[in-house]
Amino acid sequence: MAEAVADPMLPQVARVQRRRRDGPDIWTLAIEPDMPGAAAAFAPGQFNMLTVFGVGEVPVSFSGDPAEGGPVIHTIRAVGPVSSALARLDPGAPIGLRGPFGAGWPMAEMAGHDVVIVAGGLGLAPLRPALYRLLAERARYGQIVLLYGTRSPGEILFRREIEAWRRRLDIDIEVTVDHAAADWHGHVGVVTTLIPRAAFDPLHAIALVCGPEIMMRFAIAALHDAGLADEAIYLSMERNMKCAVGFCGHCQFGPVFVCRDGPVFRYDRVRAMLALKEI
Amino acid sequence: MPSAGQAVLTIDGLQQLFDLLKRRGYRVLGPTVLDRAIVYDDIASLADLPCGWTDEQDGGHYRLVRRDDEALFGYAVGPHSWKKFLHPPTQRLWTAETTDAGVHIAAEPHASERLALIGVRACEIAAIAVQDRVLTGGAQVDPYYLARRNAAFIVAVNCGTAGGTCFCASMHTGPKATAGYDLALTELLDGPDHRFTVEVGSEHGRSVLAELSHRGATDQEVEQADAVVARTAASMGRAMCSDDVHDLLLRNLDHPHWAAVAERCLTCGNCTMVCPTCFCTTVEDASELDGSRATRSQRWDSCFTMDFSYLHGGSVRSSARSRYRQWMTHKLATWWDQFGTSGCVGCGRCITWCPVGIDITEEVAAIRDSEPS
Amino acid sequence: MEGLERIVREHPFFAGLPDAFCTLVCGCAKNVRFEAAQYLFHEGDPANQFYLIRHGRAALELHAPGRGPVTFQTLAPGEIVGVSWLVPPYRWTYDARALTLVRAIAMDAACLRQKCEADHDLGYELMKRFMPVLIQRLEATRLQILDVYGTHG
Repeated sequence: MAEAVADPMLPQVARVQRRRRDGPDIWTLAIEPDMPGAAAAFAPGQFNMLTVFGVGEVPVSFSGDPAEGGPVIHTIRAVGPVSSALARLDPGAPIGLRGPFGAGWPMAEMAGHDVVIVAGGLGLAPLRPALYRLLAERARYGQIVLLYGTRSPGEILFRREIEAWRRRLDIDIEVTVDHAAADWHGHVGVVTTLIPRAAFDPLHAIALVCGPEIMMRFAIAALHDAGLADEAIYLSMERNMKCAVGFCGHCQFGPVFVCRDGPVFRYDRVRAMLALKEI
Repeated sequence: MPSAGQAVLTIDGLQQLFDLLKRRGYRVLGPTVLDRAIVYDDIASLADLPCGWTDEQDGGHYRLVRRDDEALFGYAVGPHSWKKFLHPPTQRLWTAETTDAGVHIAAEPHASERLALIGVRACEIAAIAVQDRVLTGGAQVDPYYLARRNAAFIVAVNCGTAGGTCFCASMHTGPKATAGYDLALTELLDGPDHRFTVEVGSEHGRSVLAELSHRGATDQEVEQADAVVARTAASMGRAMCSDDVHDLLLRNLDHPHWAAVAERCLTCGNCTMVCPTCFCTTVEDASELDGSRATRSQRWDSCFTMDFSYLHGGSVRSSARSRYRQWMTHKLATWWDQFGTSGCVGCGRCITWCPVGIDITEEVAAIRDSEPS
Repeated sequence: MEGLERIVREHPFFAGLPDAFCTLVCGCAKNVRFEAAQYLFHEGDPANQFYLIRHGRAALELHAPGRGPVTFQTLAPGEIVGVSWLVPPYRWTYDARALTLVRAIAMDAACLRQKCEADHDLGYELMKRFMPVLIQRLEATRLQILDVYGTHG
C-alpha cells in the first residue's frame, strides 16, 4: 500500500557490520542497510538517528567518507542507555537507521580559502567527513590546518589516520592533550593555545569548530583574536533530539531547531544565544 | 469558499446535521459537560450539548454557571482543545518484529476514522492552522496528523459569549471565524426562535448543508449574527498589545521579571497541555521481554519538564526561570522566526488552567512597562 | 654583548622594547642550552632565573605519587618558562624539563628585580609584557580544569 506522504519517523532496518573500539567508551560502527543501495548519500556534518530496537534512538553524526560507498560509519560514545546499547551491538545485530538529517559543513564556501579545523575530543568525528573531502580535492583550498585537542594521549581519536594525514605534508596538524604522562612528547595544553601559532590568512580563512560547547566558546574567542570574522566561523551544536525533523520541539536553541537548521551553524547566527545561559 | 448568502438552521436542523454526519461515517465530536467542565467528547444529540451553561473563567479559576437562557454554545473554551483528536496525546509510530528472517518494521496505519468537529471557535480554527503549519507546512510532514486533518469536517461556531480570559480580538484571531471551516454557525436566541445562521466555507460544507432543512437568512438575521460577534469582540476578558512582542521579548531575555514569574511558576506544564498550539512530543520505545517485538510511540511532552532539554548528564534549562522563559518566548516570539506567525491565538486557556493564575498578557505588559531604557 | 642584544630584541616577548630598556635587560641575560630530557629547574628550587625559549620545547610537570610525572603544559619557541620569579617567595612550583634540545635566553631574576626597583618605568614595561602571559595561562588553565572531554553527570 503506497503511502501518499513519506513517513519521516520510520527507520529502515540495517545491520552492524563491524565494530571497533576507538577509545575509552568510544566505538566506531560500520552499518549496512538490509536493503541494498538504501543508504542515502550524506554531506559532511549531517547525522543519522540510530535505533536499538526496544531501547531507544539517538542522533549520531556521520564520521566516514561521503565519497566511499559501502557501510555507513558512525563513532559513538557510550554515555547513556541507548548509546551504551549501540556500543554493545555485535556484528550482525539489527539496528534502525533514519536520515540523513541536518545542515552540514560549508564545503562549497571553503573553496579558495584557508581552512582551520579546531576539534575537541569526540568533536573530531563529525569533522572527519569534511577532512576526507578537503584532502580528496586538495588543490581547491589554501592552507589546511587541523588543531585537535583531547584529554590525554590514550584518548586521541583516529590516531593512525592523523599520522597518515600528517605524512601527506600538505596539511598542518597539531595535536594537544589536557594532561599527559612523561612519555608524551607532544603538546600539552588546551587546544586554544594552538590557534595563535597556526599558519593561515585570517582574511581568507574559514574555521570549522566542533567539540564540547565550552571548548567551542574558548576556541571561537581565540579565532577572533587571530583575526577571523564571525561570518568565517562555523560550529556544530548539540541539543536533545527526539525526532530530527522539527516536530518534537526538543532541540530548539532560541529560534533555531538544531536538527533542521543545524547542527552546523555559522557563528554569527548563534552568537547571541551562545552568550546566554540556559537558552 | 465563503458563500455570498447565508442560510438559517433551526435546532432540528442542527440535530439533522449530527445525524447526517454520523450516517456519512464521521465520528461526531463536540462540547459536553463532564466533571464540572465543558470538554470535547463524542456527541450524538443536542441533549449532549451544554445547554444553558456558561463558564466563569479567570486566572486559575474555572466554574460552570447556569445561564438564564437555553443557549447551546453560550460559553468560551474549556480545558480540551481539538489537538486532543488531531494531534493526540499518544500515537504509535511503528512496530518491529524480529523473526528468523530478520527484523521487519511496520508503520502504524493511519487513522481510519473521520472526525467531525462541532463547535470549533475562531481561536481554535487559528490554532489548527498554526499546527497545520508546524506539522505539515515545512519540508517534512507528519503523515498521521495530515491524514486526520484531511479527513476532518469542521463546524465552526462564532462566539456569542466572551470568556473571562479570552483575548482573541487583540490577537486578530477572532471572535468571528472567517475561513478554515466547512460550515460556520452563529447562534441566535431572540425569544422562542432558537436558530443558527450558517455560512458555507467549502464545497463539502455546501453538500452537507444541501441535505439539511434550511432556508436563506434574512438581512435582519445576518445583522443580528454580526451584532452577536461584535458584542463578543467588545467584551473580551483580556487584551494583549501584540504588535511588537517578538522584538520586545527577545531583547529582554535577561530581564529581572523572568525571575519574578519563576517564583510563582510550578513548572506543572498545565499551560502546555491545554494550549491548542503546543505541539511538542517525545518518543518512547518498548519491547516484549523476549525481544521479539519492539514498538515506538509518540506522546505529548512539555518544555516544562526537566527531561525536555536533557544533555550530557543534565538539563540545559534546569531553572524554572529558564523553562518559563522558553515557553513564553517560543509561544510569542521565536514562533514568528520559525513559522511566520504567533504561536498564541488568544484563547486564554493557559491563564485559566494555571494553578497559580499566571497571565501571559500581564507578563508581556510587565516586561514592556519595565523595560530598561 | 651585541650578539646577545640582537637575540633578546628578536625574541617575541621583547618585541618593540625601547633601546634603553633593552640594554638594561641584556645586562641580566645570558645564552643557555639544555639537552633533551634535561631539567631546567625543579619544584621547590629558588626561582633565580626565567627562560625565553628560542628553539625547542619544554614540558611543565608535577609529580604525583603513584602517577609519576604528569605534564600539564608544554611551551614552544617564543614562550616564557617561569613566572614565579616575579613574586615572593620566589620558588618554582613545578618541574620544567626540556623535551628536545632547548636553546634559551636565561634572565637573572634577582638582577632584573633590582633594576625594576631602580627604574619603575622599566618595571612597568615588563609588567605590561608579563600580564598578558599570566592572563592567557589562567584562562587556558580554567578550560583545562573543567575537563570538558570527560563525561559528566
